[in-house]
Amino acid sequence: MRLFFSSCFTLLLAAVIGLGATWLTLTRGVAFGSLRIGAWTAWPRTGSVDIDPYARAIVARTGELPIGTGDGVAFYARTDDSGDAFDGRCTFSLTGMTPAARYWTLTLYDPEGRLVANTIGRHGFTSAEIIRDTGGRFAITIGPRARPGNWLPSGGIEKFVLVLRLYDTPIGLASFTSREGPMPAIARKGCS
Amino acid sequence: MIRLTFWILGAILLGGIVHLSTVLAMPEAATQDAYSRLAQLIPVNAVTALAPPNAQNGVMPFMDPAFAVAVCRYDLSGGPLKFTAPVSQAYTSVTFYTRKSVAYYAINDRAAGRRTIELDLMTREQRADLPEEEDVTTADRLIIESPGVTGLIVLRALAPEPGMLAMARRTLAEAKCRREGARG
Repeated sequence: MRLFFSSCFTLLLAAVIGLGATWLTLTRGVAFGSLRIGAWTAWPRTGSVDIDPYARAIVARTGELPIGTGDGVAFYARTDDSGDAFDGRCTFSLTGMTPAARYWTLTLYDPEGRLVANTIGRHGFTSAEIIRDTGGRFAITIGPRARPGNWLPSGGIEKFVLVLRLYDTPIGLASFTSREGPMPAIARKGCS
Repeated sequence: MIRLTFWILGAILLGGIVHLSTVLAMPEAATQDAYSRLAQLIPVNAVTALAPPNAQNGVMPFMDPAFAVAVCRYDLSGGPLKFTAPVSQAYTSVTFYTRKSVAYYAINDRAAGRRTIELDLMTREQRADLPEEEDVTTADRLIIESPGVTGLIVLRALAPEPGMLAMARRTLAEAKCRREGARG
C-alpha cells in the first residue's frame, strides 16, 4: 500500500514538475542563443533552421512566424533599462540610435502580440518616418497621453512589449556586441 | 527519509523527461500554429494578401504593421512551384517556412538583385528528377529546396510611411506562385 501511494505521489510530482517547467519555459520565452543588449533581447537563430526545440515549441504555440535570418532580426523589450516592466499607464522614453540596417521598425504590442488600440491609429514607427535631431539621434515617447514629437501611444494597457526589427542588417549573422550595435536606451519618465 | 529522497529524485528525473517530451511534441500537437491558421483562410498554391493587423485581430501575433504581407501556402505534391514577385520601392523580402513555422530560407530584394524575385521551389526528390540539361540551361534560376511537401512562402513589402501601404499592397498583388508548366 505504501508503495502504491509513493508511486502515485512520484508520478503526480513528476507531472507537475514536467508540465510546469514546459509551461514556464514556453510562456516566459526561454530559448537558447539569445542576444542581449540593454533591455533588448533577440534570438537570431530562431529565424533559421538552427532554431532550438524551445523556440520551435513557442512558435508553434503562439502561431507567429519568426523573421527569417536573411530578412532581418527582431529585438524584444519587456522592461526598461533598469528592469522595470513596461506599464501602459507610465511614460517611457526611448532615445539614441539603432544598429546599421537598411530599415527598422518599432512596434508596440500587448503581451500576446496584438496591436494596441489608440485614437490616432499609431502602432509603431519606421526608420523613414521618425523625427531625428541633427546628429541622427531620435527620441520616442511611449505613454498613454499625447506628446509632441514622436509619440507612441500605449493605450493605457497594463503590460506591453516593444519590438525593434532591423531589416537587411549584418547583425545576427556573426558575433555581435553592444559596442557595434548601439541600441536605444529606454527610461521611465513617471506614471500617471 | 532516504526512501523519500529517492522517490523525489525519481520524480524530478521523470519530470525532466515529461518536460522534454512535451516541448518536443508541441510543434506536432499545436493546432493554432501559423500554417493551421492560414489553412482556414487562404487557398493552396496561390498568393493571397493578408489583411493588415489591427488592434482587434491579426492573422498571426507579432505581425509588423508597417508591412504589406502576402502568403502562398504551398503543396508540392503535384510538382515544383514557380514563385515570382516584383520588388517594391522600399524593401521587399521573401521568407520560406516549413509546415512547422521554421524559416528555412529568406531573401530580400537587394540579395535578389533584380526588379523581380524569381524562385523555383521543389522538394529534394523533385530536384533530383530534373533533367540534367535543363539544370544547365537555366543556371541563373534560383532553386529552393523545400524540406517538406507543404509550407508557406511569405512575401513582405515595407511601407516606410503609412500612406505608402496601398502601393506596397499593389506590388504584392502582382506576385505569383504556380505550378511549373501551368499557364495563367
